[in-house]
Amino acid sequence: MPDIQIRKKLTSVEEIFHEGGPLATTPLRRAAALVVIHNPFAGAYIKDIAGFMDDLRPLGLEMARSLVAVLGGDPGIVEGYGKGAIIGSAGELEHGALWHVPGGYAMREILGDAKAIVSSTKKVGGPGARLDVPITHINASYVRSHFDAMEVGLADAPRADEILLALVMTTGPRVHARVGGLKASDIKGEDGLR
Amino acid sequence: MKASIRKVATFVEETRNEMGRDVDPPTRRAAAVAVIANPCAGKYVEDLSELMTIGEELGELLTLRAVAALGIPATTVESYGKAAAVGENGELEHAAAILHPKLGAPVRKVLGKGAALIPSSKKRGGLGVPLDIPLGHKDAAFVRSHFDGMEVRINDAPRANEIMVAVAVTDSGRPLPRVGGLTKDQIKGEDGLR
Repeated sequence: MPDIQIRKKLTSVEEIFHEGGPLATTPLRRAAALVVIHNPFAGAYIKDIAGFMDDLRPLGLEMARSLVAVLGGDPGIVEGYGKGAIIGSAGELEHGALWHVPGGYAMREILGDAKAIVSSTKKVGGPGARLDVPITHINASYVRSHFDAMEVGLADAPRADEILLALVMTTGPRVHARVGGLKASDIKGEDGLR
Repeated sequence: MKASIRKVATFVEETRNEMGRDVDPPTRRAAAVAVIANPCAGKYVEDLSELMTIGEELGELLTLRAVAALGIPATTVESYGKAAAVGENGELEHAAAILHPKLGAPVRKVLGKGAALIPSSKKRGGLGVPLDIPLGHKDAAFVRSHFDGMEVRINDAPRANEIMVAVAVTDSGRPLPRVGGLTKDQIKGEDGLR
């Protein structure tokens, strides 16, 4: 299978102190790692693509580690996560689906047995396309305070024969979360849902 | 701190390849962006000194954040730039008050030097407006390899009564510079120009 050819990386961190309400005791942080890679399947329909998932595994782990690092190095402070991909115009949506396994399992591995499915989104788009990466609690998908999203993108990516891969981690609930539902403190932690 | 900060975001971009050619070492640049309340929103205020003081505070805070995100000693920063976007209830002059009178001195203090003008841009805009931060060599404005720009945006800023303020720093010029002009090893460093 082809090597991973990286053109560019972007790491971004948002630190949110308030959103018109009381100052957060601990500001919420959201971090995103974006990597722009060459799409080895661009320009043609290629039937067998699944092997590329294994090729992406080391990159997924590197991105997950870099997110923990920019959040201070302690995986224990990560409470939410999500992933996504934007496929350049010479590729197909299915190429973005190659990111599910290497992106998701990398984060769960680095965070130490996170139980919840990693929420995700993907689309085909041009340079500058924005992606709203969905975020849910790492151990229980139904925790309502942690339903969130982070908008990511790069002005010059993805080009037609590229894929922009994204992983996102957060350190807590929405800054003024107050619409009820399952609380993080009430997680049973058996099924990844509640 | 005089500024009321709602959020701070940092962005680090690393370019490793352009048109199939490796960029070695990769070029890296970082921006730190603060979203603050605009104390002069919604009315004509003659004396903008409060914004000038805020600019001074943010010059230090954002430069420290951007340098930390880049992860290099502050004295090795090669180029810099600044920019601001004012929400719809503010004036372009508010951006000018933050950027021009007092923001530069603390930037230069953090970096140890900075003989050149800090290139800047400003605009008024709504949520998610892209901010193109111009970049130039910090000691000699005519270094052609370092004429550049970095786009940043935050999807939920600036709100009508807010201002986004950005400082960007780099460890390099453009990825594969080859349009001649003054090079960084030819800098005399006397007048901030050459």
